[in-house]
Amino acid sequence: MRKKELKLVITFHTTADAMAMEKECKKVGAQGRMIPVPRSISAGCGLSWCAPLECREELKNVMQGIGLEEEEIHECMV
Amino acid sequence: MIYLDNAATTMRKPQEVIDAITAAMCSMGNAGRGVNEASLGAARTVYDTREKLAAFFGAEDARQIVFTMNSTESLNIAIKGILNPGDHVISTVLEHNSVLRPLYEMEKKGVEVTFLNSDEKGTLDYADFEKAIKENTKAIVCTHGSNLTGNKVDVERIGEIAKAHDLLFVVDASQTAGVFPIDVQKMHIDILCFTGHKGLLGPQGTGGMYVRKGLHVRPLLSGGTGVQTYSKTQPEEMPTALEAGTLNGHGIAGLDAAIGYLEETGIDTIRAKEQALMKRFYEGVKEIPGVKIYGDFSSMDRCAVVSLNIGEYDSGEVSDALLTDYGISTRSGGHCAPRMHEALGTVEQGAVRFSFSHYNTEEEVDTAIRAIRELAEEE
Repeated sequence: MRKKELKLVITFHTTADAMAMEKECKKVGAQGRMIPVPRSISAGCGLSWCAPLECREELKNVMQGIGLEEEEIHECMV
Repeated sequence: MIYLDNAATTMRKPQEVIDAITAAMCSMGNAGRGVNEASLGAARTVYDTREKLAAFFGAEDARQIVFTMNSTESLNIAIKGILNPGDHVISTVLEHNSVLRPLYEMEKKGVEVTFLNSDEKGTLDYADFEKAIKENTKAIVCTHGSNLTGNKVDVERIGEIAKAHDLLFVVDASQTAGVFPIDVQKMHIDILCFTGHKGLLGPQGTGGMYVRKGLHVRPLLSGGTGVQTYSKTQPEEMPTALEAGTLNGHGIAGLDAAIGYLEETGIDTIRAKEQALMKRFYEGVKEIPGVKIYGDFSSMDRCAVVSLNIGEYDSGEVSDALLTDYGISTRSGGHCAPRMHEALGTVEQGAVRFSFSHYNTEEEVDTAIRAIRELAEEE
């Protein structure tokens, strides 16, 4: 498998929340992309936003700006 | 064919709706079920449509828009999801069976229901809402427009009453969404139920509901959601709480394009055209001997519907003659509105309903007027 890196992974309560996040990040030019929720975070399915670690504050601001509440914010090897 | 059954389904759809559905059927995966482009594409389209509908109805948040298959499903979710045994609910005789039957079901479970009467023109007395409120009244469930008479209901006024008495207000916008402005905040609507295939000009199998933020509605269905797979219960977060199973992504893509069309064209323009056609038809048939028209036409700011009978003729017979002799499609019979027919005294005869779209033409209306005149002379 590919080499893993420590990344920021944000999970959401619903797909609608994930889509709101993706749309806003694209709009403001914030880094990251949708990935399946890693098993190390949660067994099951769902979409999560994966971005470099240093984007934590910027992404929190993005979410705050649109009234979006994340499920969890993790740092994990993906 | 001259299609004048638009209150049942608007048959002619904007070309962009058809194109969007075709494109979706060639490319769309399952929304929220993966991060491949096909799945993400579907999720993006669904979310975009949520946002458009939220803006269209004045909702505070796109996540408060839930997709269903039609108004009936939305109304079932609303009525069965907010009422409990011992509650009292106020509704009206104008309602469609999509409201009445869920209410009857709840009645059997111990919910008390009051149906407010109309006058002989099918109009409500708004003071009756206040008078019907009791200590255990939980909600008012009311249509925005009668599918039989076309009478429009002043939901803003009822919303004020609901707000003043701390009642939930559920509105059936089947006949009005996409044609009349609806602002859920201004009208104090807690749950708005709409279908995609009528005035919104989308495909059948699309519809939805707005649920006010913070209002808990018991889900009617539970199942796959794409999230929280190992939880034994349906997620509580909106809109997922009320959306079990794969959404009609292909249809929603069409609805998305339909909202775009409505915004571009302007619902005021669409409504003006529909109402002008309705008025032309009404003026053309009202004086014909033997023709009886139902509903309140004191104002033309009403749904583009004219229901009538000719003498004692069975409405089905008239509708069939219109189709076979003139190629005009109408709707006869009971229109799934049994209490409205009872109030109008037309249970036995039914009524012939003409309902107009902005795509109809004056020539089509004139043909329908001529047809009614000739059929009335046959009597």
